[in-house]
Amino acid sequence: MSTSTLPPASSPSPLAGAVEQPTFGENVQGYLSKIRGGDMGTLPAILAFLILSAVFVVLKPGTFTSFLNIANLFQQGAVVATIGMGLVFVLLLGEIDLSAGFASGVCGAVLAVTLTNKQWPLVAALPAALLTGVGIGLILGLLVAKVGIPSFIATLAAFLAFQGVVLLIIGNGGNISITNKAVLAIENQNIVPWLGWVIAVAALAVYVGLSLRRWRMRRSNGLLVLPLASLAIRLGAVVLLVLALTFVLNQERSLNPSRTSISGIPIVIPIIVVLALGLTFLLDGTAFGRHVYAVGGNAEATRRAGINVARVRVTCFVICSTLAAFAGIFGASRATSVDPNAGGSNVLLYAVGAAVIGGTSLFGGKGRVVDALIGAAVIAVIDNGMGLLGYSAGVKYVVTGAVLVLAAGVDALSRGRLRGAR
Amino acid sequence: MTQTVDERPTPTTAPALEVREGRKSFGAVHALRGVDITVRAGEVTALVGDNGAGKSTMIKCIAGIFPFDSGKVLVNGAPASIHGPGQASAAGIEVVYQDLALCDNLDIVHNMFLGREMKKGLRLNETAMETKAADVLASLSVRTVRSIRQQVASLSGGQRQTVAIARAVLWNSKIVILDEPTAALGVAQTEQVLQLVRRLADAGLAVLLISHNMNDVFEVADSINVLYLGQTAAQVRTSDSTRAEVIELITSGAPSTGEAVQPRRDRPATSTTTNGSRPE
Repeated sequence: MSTSTLPPASSPSPLAGAVEQPTFGENVQGYLSKIRGGDMGTLPAILAFLILSAVFVVLKPGTFTSFLNIANLFQQGAVVATIGMGLVFVLLLGEIDLSAGFASGVCGAVLAVTLTNKQWPLVAALPAALLTGVGIGLILGLLVAKVGIPSFIATLAAFLAFQGVVLLIIGNGGNISITNKAVLAIENQNIVPWLGWVIAVAALAVYVGLSLRRWRMRRSNGLLVLPLASLAIRLGAVVLLVLALTFVLNQERSLNPSRTSISGIPIVIPIIVVLALGLTFLLDGTAFGRHVYAVGGNAEATRRAGINVARVRVTCFVICSTLAAFAGIFGASRATSVDPNAGGSNVLLYAVGAAVIGGTSLFGGKGRVVDALIGAAVIAVIDNGMGLLGYSAGVKYVVTGAVLVLAAGVDALSRGRLRGAR
Repeated sequence: MTQTVDERPTPTTAPALEVREGRKSFGAVHALRGVDITVRAGEVTALVGDNGAGKSTMIKCIAGIFPFDSGKVLVNGAPASIHGPGQASAAGIEVVYQDLALCDNLDIVHNMFLGREMKKGLRLNETAMETKAADVLASLSVRTVRSIRQQVASLSGGQRQTVAIARAVLWNSKIVILDEPTAALGVAQTEQVLQLVRRLADAGLAVLLISHNMNDVFEVADSINVLYLGQTAAQVRTSDSTRAEVIELITSGAPSTGEAVQPRRDRPATSTTTNGSRPE
């Protein structure tokens, strides 16, 4: 029962020493009972993704799984996924940012104006767009955390105002095109296949190496660890997924390969992966991340623990708007221009939907960065698949809305279950 | 009207915490009109009193949530100025509030280290925190939690209380104040928590226990301090008093017969003086 490696404690410490490492079976059982208890995490999203994909594959056999379309899914989902990742931070607080969509529009417009109209170099225009995002977040955060306006109202006002700001920057009915090659490349160019393989394999090697090292260290310190089999399944799944995607994206997907060849991982994917890894580290690995969860769980207790709650709140809004700025840049790159509706229409609700469908709670305190990515995949599949089937925008909106309500319902019910269990 | 504790016959060591003539007003409301208390290391001192007697105000003053208007606070015999929760922590005073102030969505380790995380560079040092948390729980002989990585939401009331208490003793604190720790608990869990409170004192900490429950008080406390309408009615040794006497002090602010408590004032060594008993 007890492990062989006791910590070198001077006094016997029964709890630390007697860690019973769970077996693989116990681990699986624990997971199942957690799901039955209402804590489903990303499971519904992954199931929805698989089921929807299967449906579209059956209904539209050749097209949905075509290499071109799969790459398309990523490029379409990039903006929503990026805003969604930022929204996770605000949602973790139990707040909302309704202005994130148009904040991305404002930042995209700043990029377009500085690059195209003012002829700034990219090294000045990109920081200008990102700093605009930081500034927006700072204002929103101060309004919510310091002035005390409910985030719903503060960001609803900002939603309206930013819509106006985009109009003012670009001019009514206007449209500023992007000609900078580097910006256009983000969403429209791919990494040459051999380099894609090198990057994918190297990243996986680092990931697996670090995971195993941490596992060994925890075990040798006599702390609770996952059973090796569970760890192997988790690592194996990630490795397989990444290799499969790299393989698919490295296939020739041009409709007319003799004229132009299109293959390789879209450049936006590694950018999003780096953003996601950085944000995940921030949330899981640092004291700041703990404080974000703590504020979402019990703000009063966090305050009494001596944490500056207002600062945590403001920082989360800054992160959210900064990610929106990244999304604005991706959006400008994809559309090759910025128009007054940039970041408008369904972008924000898709982003909130992505986070919530992925398993982030609207009530705060529960959620992960990866939720936004998985949720964005579900939304991209619905949007893309229904488009291929020829449904109108109206039907797509209704279905996406229904999926969002479903996800929010699961969130609310599982929360009730967790509470009832106590 | 009030006697200072200096009159104790044989002052062996200075008490861990002492308040003399503590006063606190909120506008026209005199919440505390002269409170005295002596909390000794290795003992459980109970603070009792009816609703509105000023128990909560008193511990908030001691904890630095708001300071006393006047009066003295001595920590280990030395005057301490406590004007904020940070200064209270620095003086070794930790409070476990009635609502426990736990974050349900964090695990036991993160709750215990909330706001005082151990870090290795930028990264949280999870290994060190988990080891230390496990050691503290083990030193309190807590064996009821299976994994210290489970969320606090999944714990029972008694276990949550245990986590909150463990968090308070994690920081080499000398004085632990517990606000109604058993108020929301069932019989078995109350017993567990009371045993834990006893172990804290046996480990050399000074424990101040706020409670409404006379059974609890007489089970664990060494000394009982009674508040009545914002004033200290008396502080008596548990072994020297009966339940009826204490209840009489709580309800009327004066001992029933005047002989049960008062004559013991000058008992040597083991006895704490009857502070601030109201004039008869």
